[in-house]
Amino acid sequence: MARILLFNIIRFLVLIAMQVFLFKNIGYYNLASPFPYILFIFLLPTGMPNFVLFTIAFLTGLSVDVFYDTLGVNAAACVALAAYRVFFMKITIENDMDTFITPILGEMNFKWFFSYTFFGTLIHHFVLVTLETFSFKQFQYTLATIGLSCIFTMVILLIFSFLFYKRKSRI
Amino acid sequence: MRNLWLFLRRYNAFFWFILFFGFSMFLVVTNNTFQRASALNSSNTIIGNIYQKVNSWKSYLSLTETNDQLVKENASLRTQLENYLTTDTVAMAKRPVIDSSEFGRYEFIIASVTNNSIHQKSNYLTLNKGSLAGIEKGMGVIAPNGVVGIVLNVTPHFSTVQSLLHPDTKISVTLANTDVFGSLVWGSNVDYRFAMVKEIPNHVKVKTAEKVFTSGYSGHFPKGILVGAVVETGISSGDSFLDLRILLSTNFSNLHHVYVVKDLLAKELKQLEETNQDNG
Repeated sequence: MARILLFNIIRFLVLIAMQVFLFKNIGYYNLASPFPYILFIFLLPTGMPNFVLFTIAFLTGLSVDVFYDTLGVNAAACVALAAYRVFFMKITIENDMDTFITPILGEMNFKWFFSYTFFGTLIHHFVLVTLETFSFKQFQYTLATIGLSCIFTMVILLIFSFLFYKRKSRI
Repeated sequence: MRNLWLFLRRYNAFFWFILFFGFSMFLVVTNNTFQRASALNSSNTIIGNIYQKVNSWKSYLSLTETNDQLVKENASLRTQLENYLTTDTVAMAKRPVIDSSEFGRYEFIIASVTNNSIHQKSNYLTLNKGSLAGIEKGMGVIAPNGVVGIVLNVTPHFSTVQSLLHPDTKISVTLANTDVFGSLVWGSNVDYRFAMVKEIPNHVKVKTAEKVFTSGYSGHFPKGILVGAVVETGISSGDSFLDLRILLSTNFSNLHHVYVVKDLLAKELKQLEETNQDNG
């Protein structure tokens, strides 16, 4: 339990620092920018009360927002991601909801992990980019931004996951 | 009552979602429409200090380029000064007369950029000086080779700048060969090197590579600061105006030292212009 807590705190600090100091400066013009800090929300342990999950997600988004000067945009996207996470967990994992598992690659199989992160990233980026643009003008451009950013983020997420891969498949 | 409680417990995730999402939306809307000087942005002391620490390391990486830029600027200023001092007073009549009413109207406050973004839809910068150094909201910010943006929020030690690469930034500019003026916006561009000049009248012939300068009408910037050069002309926006695409002279990906323009007559100008609006 203490181990999980410690790992999550380290993961939070490292991912947020990388996001605001490294990934903020990377982008393909203004069409694609990566947001791999959401890996922190993906890898929160299962079996947490919903209120705690939503609070953590909200605070994570807010701390990124403070550095990006876009108050509330990332927070909203992270809350949407947390809601997706609750829904996805409910339909895929049924029996051991009360034990704390970190849903990391190795703990889960690749197919599960990929669909989990892919749809999560898609929802997060959809909310993020639509709120940032805040208009339906040039919607195809907004959609292109969402798609390309999503691919960019997914590539980085998978690289991170394979870097810390330990084989111990459960589901 | 018990049923209601069960209902709330059963779908608690959904209700938490509504609550938190609503609160985030509230933050987005209040922050965007009123542009309040809120405590949660990068001119905040803690965030500003973190950015400054990181930047003090990062600035070493581009030291050569920054030095080059400053040396070039020094050289051009020295040439100007040399020309000025050695001017023959007889030939002076042919040169434009320096207007003494403009003399000493602007002061420049040196600041360095601690945080900069170019890949967002709305880009901001953070500077390492604030209200203690005399920076106020609404002042223009220029770099050695061009225009940067307008000061948005100020705290005692830091200030945030709304970059030219922001959909709401509008700067009044003129063309080098003709006296018409238009407004410079980033527009729907996705590239940090280019911007658009809008509202140029249809009859004006504009050549590519023509230089674009600030007009000095808005009061944020002095007259005649280089903004960029025209690369594409005659983009029709449907009205009786033409749009131009220009290559910005400011290199936004490598900004270190900037000058904040303090207009000493800003208050007077604003007061005068406000009386116009009251009448009409």
